Amino acid sequence: MARTKRDRLITRRIARWIDGRVGTAKFARSALGKVFPNHWSFLLGEIALYAFVVLVLTGTYLTFFFDASSREVVYQGVYTPLRGVTMSEAYRSAIDLSFEVRAGLVMRQIHHWAALLFIAAIVVHMMRIFFTGAFRRPREINWMVGVTLLILSIFNGFAGYSLLDDQLSGTGLRIAYSIALSIPIGGTWVASLLFGGEFPGADIIGRLYVIHILLIPAAIIGLLGAHLAILVRQKHTQFRGLGRTEDNVVGERVWPSFAFKSVGLMLLTTAVLSALGGLAQINPVWLYGPFRPAEVSSASQPDWFMGWLDGALRLFPGWEIRAFGFEVPAPFFPAVALAGLTFALLYLWPFIEARFTGDYEVHHLLDRPRDRPRRTAIGVGAFTFYAMLTLSASSDVTATTFGLSVNSVVWSLRILTLVAPFVSGVIAYRLCRELLQREAGTVVAYEPSGDSLIE
Amino acid sequence: MTAPDPQVPIPTSAAEDDAHGRAERAAIGRRRERFAALSFAVSVVAAIGLGVVYWRGGQPQLEGVFLALGFGGLGVGFIVWAKHFMPHEEVTEERHSLASTDEEMTLFREEFERGEQVLERRGLLLKAAGAALAALGAALIFPIRSLGPRPGKGLKSTPFRAGVRLVTEANEPIKPADLVTGGVLTVFPEDHTNAADASTVLIRPGTAVKPRPGRETWTPDGVVAYSKLCTHVGCPVGLYQAEEHLLLCPCHQSTFDVLDGARPVFGPAARSLPQLPLGIDADGYFVSLGDFSGPTGAGFWDRDR
Repeated sequence: MARTKRDRLITRRIARWIDGRVGTAKFARSALGKVFPNHWSFLLGEIALYAFVVLVLTGTYLTFFFDASSREVVYQGVYTPLRGVTMSEAYRSAIDLSFEVRAGLVMRQIHHWAALLFIAAIVVHMMRIFFTGAFRRPREINWMVGVTLLILSIFNGFAGYSLLDDQLSGTGLRIAYSIALSIPIGGTWVASLLFGGEFPGADIIGRLYVIHILLIPAAIIGLLGAHLAILVRQKHTQFRGLGRTEDNVVGERVWPSFAFKSVGLMLLTTAVLSALGGLAQINPVWLYGPFRPAEVSSASQPDWFMGWLDGALRLFPGWEIRAFGFEVPAPFFPAVALAGLTFALLYLWPFIEARFTGDYEVHHLLDRPRDRPRRTAIGVGAFTFYAMLTLSASSDVTATTFGLSVNSVVWSLRILTLVAPFVSGVIAYRLCRELLQREAGTVVAYEPSGDSLIE
Repeated sequence: MTAPDPQVPIPTSAAEDDAHGRAERAAIGRRRERFAALSFAVSVVAAIGLGVVYWRGGQPQLEGVFLALGFGGLGVGFIVWAKHFMPHEEVTEERHSLASTDEEMTLFREEFERGEQVLERRGLLLKAAGAALAALGAALIFPIRSLGPRPGKGLKSTPFRAGVRLVTEANEPIKPADLVTGGVLTVFPEDHTNAADASTVLIRPGTAVKPRPGRETWTPDGVVAYSKLCTHVGCPVGLYQAEEHLLLCPCHQSTFDVLDGARPVFGPAARSLPQLPLGIDADGYFVSLGDFSGPTGAGFWDRDR
């Protein structure tokens, strides 16, 4: 083939070199032509993806300075209030990287904020999928991959802030140890194998580190790849609208405008996280002090994504079932059973719903929440339940802030957690029916899909 | 930063498509182009600022702000560029059924079964290989056992024995006079101040403790000792409300009545805090008369065995 002037461009020559060996042009062209429906709610998953990118980049930087060791050392660094204090190497290196490593603190804080955003974006993305029915056939597999990603990210978030071995995270680890112990029959083994013996043990920090920076991230990357590959293979869902059918997908091609907008979104996500990391202090471990098993600070609260479990631990009454000389410890129900049930229901939801509605058809057109009043009511009720549990994780702070007794706050929350989901579910159901009835009265076709956030 | 007004209509009708309209469109376009270019320029300035801040020793707030401006400027520039200077045609892509046709399925099955028949012809090898894989798989699980010791008596015992002195965190023994009325001390077994399962609260309630049967002699000089670990999930019960004689766990608000064997009176804990049999030795220091009345901390399935 005759060389044109443009062929002398180095990028073109590299592209041609690669294509001559693996033949990528056809695939690359179809990737550029992938069609993305324009709707703001489709960007939620992207935000989660970009928060993950930030997590990997900042996290890698932190690994160069963090030393995940329980070895006891005496602090002699620049932070005077802790000089002369005995602490673990892990805690010391966390403080050193905050105060003595240039750009260390901003990276650590961006990492923490990115973790909070990552899980929040996953949850909101999941709610979008739920309320629009995007989990229905043929997307059940991707729904389950997504639920797995949620579980992994919650685990990794917990593992991450537990590494620093400060007073707050040590308390969290002690609770995790006790929850592991509460598993009937296998619990003592699980706890012993995980912690390398009785709490606190000398091994847990190093093990959590491997879990946090290798095992779970590798699993997340693999599943993210599968999540996106399945998405591309099945093509996007879309809202109803003119010219949109079950047999097509209407939207913008990737190249160039969608790609630029998406990269812009990634950069803006990074910008917001950078601003938070620089200006909004988070997890100031130097204030908490090193972990001492006999101490605890009041107002001990976990990060937001663990709040529902902590709230459940606070609200659930002290029931310990004893029979035949064995017992089911109190935390089993609000922690092990609740988490197991929550994730089992999430995994199975596409099949449960299909079973109840008898709808096993393929769906590429999305519902609006109002189109399925029952599903919407269940979703709103479930959301309210977990929101109430999360709120309960700060029952003591609520009590002191408003000058109430902890007992009355806890009792109110117990009742609200059981009642509010039903009330909100019924309200959601009524609203959906009302909206549908109004629509039926007027002659309004479905509006075309909403506008993209960055359109 | 103010985004260019997206509401400015771009005249499209033929009537408006005159020289005036074209000029106006061009002006709007130039304004947007300038705005995007300015955003990129902000990014450049922020990058330089970041370099200067870093070079001069670093400052977390400024680093965050410059990072935000750097990424933000680039992001805004990209989005404005994509929005106004790139095509937005809606395209329709056909969907095709994802499921394979019956013919494809049949072809696949036939091919697979051809191979399967080859395997089945050597049934002995198939079974032997299966047994080897299963055995090896099981053997490879064993190393997990190395991760921790067999859980056993350790969960049920602490370093407290008969005659072991109670000490402060600094490993100093304690006399009854060290504890005022309404006072509370966190204590440990002597030489085991790091023992995570043995932290103990020593309290002088100032009111007679109602002893459990068999514990009548465990409160010398009106002082009582309980495990500091909540029986719910093991947080230290760090708060003592002296007037009500209540021990409170700051984690999940379990509340224990100090005068009544540390019985749980509120919250998610189901069991009383284990009590330490307390005595005073010949030198006048507090000692334990034995281990706690039960395993300390959170419950586990064979706790009563």
